[in-house]
Amino acid sequence: MSEDATTMGKPVFSPFNIAAGVILLVGGVLTILRFTFGFDAVTNLSDYNPWGIWISFDLLCGVALAAGGFVTSAAVYLFGMKQYRVAVRPAILTGFLGYALVVIALHYDVGRPWRLPYPFLVRQGTTSLLFEVAACVALYLTVLFIEFSPAALEWLGLKRARSIVVKLTLLLTILGVVLSTLHQSSLGALFLLAPSKLHPLWYTPYLPIYFFVTAVIAGLSMVIFESTMAHRFFFHKMDEAHLAEKDVLPLGFGKAAAFVLAGYFIVKVIGISTGNNWHYLATGYGIWYLVELLGFVALPAFLYAVGVRDKNITLIRWTAAWSVLGIIVNRFNVCLVAFNWHLPTSERYFPHWMEIGISVFIVTLGVLIYRFIVTRMPVLYEHPDYDAH
Amino acid sequence: METIHTLQEFMLHTKNVTYVLMVAALVGITWFWLFLTERDEE
Repeated sequence: MSEDATTMGKPVFSPFNIAAGVILLVGGVLTILRFTFGFDAVTNLSDYNPWGIWISFDLLCGVALAAGGFVTSAAVYLFGMKQYRVAVRPAILTGFLGYALVVIALHYDVGRPWRLPYPFLVRQGTTSLLFEVAACVALYLTVLFIEFSPAALEWLGLKRARSIVVKLTLLLTILGVVLSTLHQSSLGALFLLAPSKLHPLWYTPYLPIYFFVTAVIAGLSMVIFESTMAHRFFFHKMDEAHLAEKDVLPLGFGKAAAFVLAGYFIVKVIGISTGNNWHYLATGYGIWYLVELLGFVALPAFLYAVGVRDKNITLIRWTAAWSVLGIIVNRFNVCLVAFNWHLPTSERYFPHWMEIGISVFIVTLGVLIYRFIVTRMPVLYEHPDYDAH
Repeated sequence: METIHTLQEFMLHTKNVTYVLMVAALVGITWFWLFLTERDEE
């Protein structure tokens, strides 16, 4: 597991490195264009469509898919499921990077990014849901940073600082759960402001609940997905404990995801019923809604259950990837597809290739930082000088 | 389908449907839990 042993002999110009280098180069140029020539130069945003994929993908999907941190730490430290302890650090790292990238993406998306601290420093606007989201994301990013810091402190050999932070684990976990519950649901509640703009099948007073429940599903699925990737590409960095959880984690988290997905399916149907929106199901939007409901909620619930019953780890892993895709589809539907649904086709939004390029650039940045950290810090193995906490 | 004119009629109709759905949901989720955990002991 030593760094030398794993990095020696690996070519610098590997296909992955070359692809990542090209993406970073193009992303750098696009970044300059964005911050020198403004939105018009790089986006298809308009007065009708003031937000695009930087909000639907980078922010909404980013926040949902980063929920693995609070889900895993709550399972281990609050519900006592110690068998998943080795999954906490990778999940916290993914969560931390996810939120950090959300904040970076926000700088691209808001017109005047230097005003991002205004909600805290100038005018609080405490009646706004966005204030709550901003406050929670800022606080939770700090919490995740502190939660992850023991790994960095072990790497740096700062034993005393590490022992202080480790004592805060339970407090930080509780804070993480509280803050996540607040802002994950508030992101859904934001769309309650626009009942006439969001298609009735997606608009429901239950939106905050939907967003929170799907964040839990995203968290569970993302931890399985991320664990699969780590076992495939960083297995040489893992110790015995991490290698042993290869099958334990998908079975446990897959079971939880199956049940939460089943519950989510029920509340989605109840949402149609309380709004009396059954007749919309026979329309084009209705068919797309059914694709989301049956293909990305009911189907993964069933596949997870079959995978858990048959102890079919491969099926669970594929289902996790499918569920992650389902969360992305859901956030795109609420934020873009079903939003402004009454506008004529000519006024509808489709992302500019440069918008997609910047999103790819930000994701690539996250993957590279993840790789930098797990190849150096004790994330996928326990540092021999320290007791597990 | 009956015509809905008032909020009272809307609430009555949607609650009727939702209550029936909830009974089905409670049976369904119980079945799903049993399906999910059936082989846990093995």
